[in-house]
Amino acid sequence: MPFYVPGEDPGTDFLNLLRRNGLDPFPTTLPGTIDAGHATTVLALRCTGGVVVAGDRRATAGHLISHRDMQKVFPADEHSAVAIAGAAGPAIQMVRVFQLQLEYYEKIEGKPLTLEGKANQLAEMLRGHLPQAMQGLAVVPIFAGFDQTRESGRLFQFDVTGGRYEEQDYATSGSGSLHAGTVIKLGYRKDLSESEALSLAVKALWHAADEDSATGGPDPIRGIYPVLTVITDQGFRQLSDEESGAVFADFREELAEG
Amino acid sequence: MAMPGMYVSPEQLMQDRADYARKGISRGRSLAAVEYQGGIALVAENASSTLRKVSEIYDRIAFGGVGRYNEFDQLRIAGVRYAELKGYQYSREDVDARSLANQYAQMLGQIFTHEMKPMEVEIVVAEIDSNGAPELYRIQYDGTVADEQHWCCIGGDSEAVLDRLSDGWSQDLDRDAAVRLAVTALAGTDRSISAQELEVAVLASDNGRRCFVRLEDAETDALLAI
Repeated sequence: MPFYVPGEDPGTDFLNLLRRNGLDPFPTTLPGTIDAGHATTVLALRCTGGVVVAGDRRATAGHLISHRDMQKVFPADEHSAVAIAGAAGPAIQMVRVFQLQLEYYEKIEGKPLTLEGKANQLAEMLRGHLPQAMQGLAVVPIFAGFDQTRESGRLFQFDVTGGRYEEQDYATSGSGSLHAGTVIKLGYRKDLSESEALSLAVKALWHAADEDSATGGPDPIRGIYPVLTVITDQGFRQLSDEESGAVFADFREELAEG
Repeated sequence: MAMPGMYVSPEQLMQDRADYARKGISRGRSLAAVEYQGGIALVAENASSTLRKVSEIYDRIAFGGVGRYNEFDQLRIAGVRYAELKGYQYSREDVDARSLANQYAQMLGQIFTHEMKPMEVEIVVAEIDSNGAPELYRIQYDGTVADEQHWCCIGGDSEAVLDRLSDGWSQDLDRDAAVRLAVTALAGTDRSISAQELEVAVLASDNGRRCFVRLEDAETDALLAI
């Protein structure tokens, strides 16, 4: 059982605790480089009640599709989510450690980190991950959540060096981010309702999948649809495949009408 | 010249330490844990609303401590760390109360025999497993572990509280009834305790992944008023 004298106590730092117990989640020196790319489209946009976070489901290895039902949007805790683009293995590991860090902090301190604190924590992890990013295993996440002190949705974009940039309207990441970003930019308004924001997210993901070979579109034959999530004061909610399918069906009608 | 009175027999030494620890624990107020259909209620007399006696350790595990606050809080944090490390290394389902209780027992036993002073604490580790079956462990200042059935009490006046718990407990308690039983058992017949002086939390198997839920004062007030 880990027990520390006051001067050596790792406090609320879960990464430090892991390392002290011989469990380094991010090995920093690797021999050589791997080109893992960042084939994905994930996005987040603010709406009146909070924020919508969405992502496609495709994972690729070179020109091969390695997974059709990847999850790229994860709840970080009850009121925030992180969407990932980049090398799948390190990205999922980073999300896992991030989720554990937030819950660990909450339990040790008796209250959760502020949204700002969570965003800074993720930036810190990215900074620590820079050596791996330099070797081709970059992770570029989006972090979004409902800020309970400001009572509004907020979203943050990051770069591989740990740069943290708060966005007012929307953020996109991954190989399809340019296309998705343009679609959102043209359709965005400050007063988008939750359902309007979901429709815009679906439209953006569809156009990204239409232009980018590494982004997956809706797959009605298998019933696999991009992941749509909403974070409001009620917390994080992921739409079921049926619900996402319905938003895509509405979009299909809109397309058909021209 | 030999110094008179320097020899203390091991029996005496252990006895003195045990007396010392018991004295410290008996000064504080008690904490009761009561099983009910689908959960465990943990209720402590605690005038502070920030220095907690009952807390969350992991998805299905809660912790209760009485005695010296800084000491049992240190144990709580060690428990969270143990559980998180184990869950990270293996899986969340591999984290269980029995192994945590044994870890606490090892640590408290070690401190009791080897340190200058024993910890003046008594703790309870509660778990509701994935099938809704409850487990309760009581660990004493010297590392003694007991696997308790249906209810348990730690702290100052535990004998009297245990009698009242055993009189009032039945298989079909629901959450609110379990909390009421714990409160009346802690209070006894000649006084009542208000929600502001209580700390109430439950491990509820229907609360999703994290079973631990604190009851707000207003909620406790409402259920005690019935």
